[in-house]
Amino acid sequence: MSHAESPEGTRRDFLYYATAGTGAVMTGGAVWSLVNQMNPSADVKALSSIMVDISTVQEGTQLTVKWRGKPVFIRHRTTKEIDEGRAVKLTELVDINAENKNLPADSDATDQNRTLDKDGKWLVMIGVCTHLGCVPLGNNSGDYDGWFCPCHGSHYDTAGRIRKGPAPRNLEVPVAKFENDTTIKLG
Amino acid sequence: MAGIPHDHYEPKSPFEQWLHRRLPIVSLAYDTLMIPTPRNLNWWWIWGIVLAFCLVLQIATGVVLAMHYTPQVNMAFASVEHIMRDVNGGYMLRYIHANGASLFFFAVYIHIFRGLFYGSYKAPREVTWIIGMLIYLAMMATAFMGYVLPWGQMSFWGATVITGLFGAIPGIGPSIQTWVLGGPAVDNATLNRFFSLHYLLPFVIAALVAVHIWAFHTTGNNNPAGVEVRRGSRAEADKDTLPFWPYFVIKDLFALAVILTIFFAVVGFMPNYLGDPVNYTEANALATPAHIVPEWYFLPFYAILRAFTSDVKIVELTHFLTFGIVDAKFFGVMAMFGAIAVLALVPWLDTSSVRSGQYRPMFKWWFRLLIVDFVVLMWAGSQTPTVLTGWISLLAATYWFAYFLVVLPLLGVIEKPLPQPETIEEDFNAHYGAKTHAAE
Repeated sequence: MSHAESPEGTRRDFLYYATAGTGAVMTGGAVWSLVNQMNPSADVKALSSIMVDISTVQEGTQLTVKWRGKPVFIRHRTTKEIDEGRAVKLTELVDINAENKNLPADSDATDQNRTLDKDGKWLVMIGVCTHLGCVPLGNNSGDYDGWFCPCHGSHYDTAGRIRKGPAPRNLEVPVAKFENDTTIKLG
Repeated sequence: MAGIPHDHYEPKSPFEQWLHRRLPIVSLAYDTLMIPTPRNLNWWWIWGIVLAFCLVLQIATGVVLAMHYTPQVNMAFASVEHIMRDVNGGYMLRYIHANGASLFFFAVYIHIFRGLFYGSYKAPREVTWIIGMLIYLAMMATAFMGYVLPWGQMSFWGATVITGLFGAIPGIGPSIQTWVLGGPAVDNATLNRFFSLHYLLPFVIAALVAVHIWAFHTTGNNNPAGVEVRRGSRAEADKDTLPFWPYFVIKDLFALAVILTIFFAVVGFMPNYLGDPVNYTEANALATPAHIVPEWYFLPFYAILRAFTSDVKIVELTHFLTFGIVDAKFFGVMAMFGAIAVLALVPWLDTSSVRSGQYRPMFKWWFRLLIVDFVVLMWAGSQTPTVLTGWISLLAATYWFAYFLVVLPLLGVIEKPLPQPETIEEDFNAHYGAKTHAAE
């Protein structure tokens, strides 16, 4: 390639960079379409809200429903569980954030901030361990009478807060509200 | 091709000459097959052929299994049962494919540890080693995605846990995880793409194997003595080597026959011994099996993943130093990938100029301990997490890193190696006597 002495470059330089630039953009666009096709498709993204009937959920039991491909725990807590959850100080917790989508992002992980109602009877959480995504076992499992993840041994308390094991965060509370006394709306 | 002087292909018939001028493919095959190979190779050098056979076996059985398999969440499990019950000989094809993966990993681990003992990764064979590590990574990806396809409980939850590793990356992790899965959780999109990639990757492996062979045919094989073949003259080279065909091909095929006898005994009499019975239950997104374990060949690295919990001091320190960005989960993921990274970087971590472990009195013991360590990690990875297994995993994981990052760099400085043979000929004669050589 002959190079001109002039610092402003030649017509040939301009064509060279313009062609290379166009080629790079075109290649990038082609590659991006191949990458982007792996992102969630429109039908997967068409996330719906669901209504859950909780009239049959007895105290001390848990209903598990599938929502957005994941299990959601709806637990009707006993007085003992509520008391245990409320007795825990924030300093004892691994994750002091409420992880509650219905509250401001910096809310504390108090028992009251985790539950859906004022009395603390209803606990709604995504049933996916925050470690690597297994479904924790319920019915007062683990060292803290809440949930225990069988995969790598994470223990959650009666408010679904991480207490021991490799999981970094409390079980997530999804966007949810009471539609009426016996129906919870997820999403 | 190689720097070792040897016979080259001479096209004789008019057709051979005609073809050779247009495409020297026979020459390529001849030179590859007749490559001068060190005379003193022992039985640890047969695993390359076993691995090549495994790749062909897996591709052949895999292609035919794909003729009957359906990658759709409502049909995948049933289509595998259809293969097992209805397809002619389908149960055998599937059992060979499933156990073939185990043989593949068994062989690759011996192959890797052979390289570690005899210093096969040392100059000038670093590129061969790195290509080998890429093959190993591609094998792990292929095996993982293949295990998801039957859509059993262990398939589903294994996929959930392993793709969850991507979610541990701070910041962009969750987006990457969603991109890999094609949705918020493991579902149809995940199964379908895993099938596509499970079919693709073996051909990538085949290409990498060709480059692997190309690389060590350029440098020549390593050998148990670790000394190089003499290249000064043809006569010298002939005293150190024999052509690959027929000498080593016959030896390797004999070993392969013995190994396949055992392999088919396993396939025929205990085909599910290495599998998890839970995977004969169809995938269920709402219930995690009581105990998730990967296939045996992933257990050592799974143990390292689980070893670093938030109460381990180094995890707490890292968490503090990075202002909480690196938590226990991400630390575990980094440790797991780091365990493979140190293996890949061993050419630059080992400071000893002596290749073969036979002449390294201290190295021998550390190496034996590494093998024990690998087995201990494999055991620890298979156990339900308890305090005891947590400690054992942590201790064993620490040794794994210490071997590569502390022991190997130090040994090169403090160890006094034993005298090595001058030539391969000398090593060969010391083992097999000079008369074998004279009779040839």
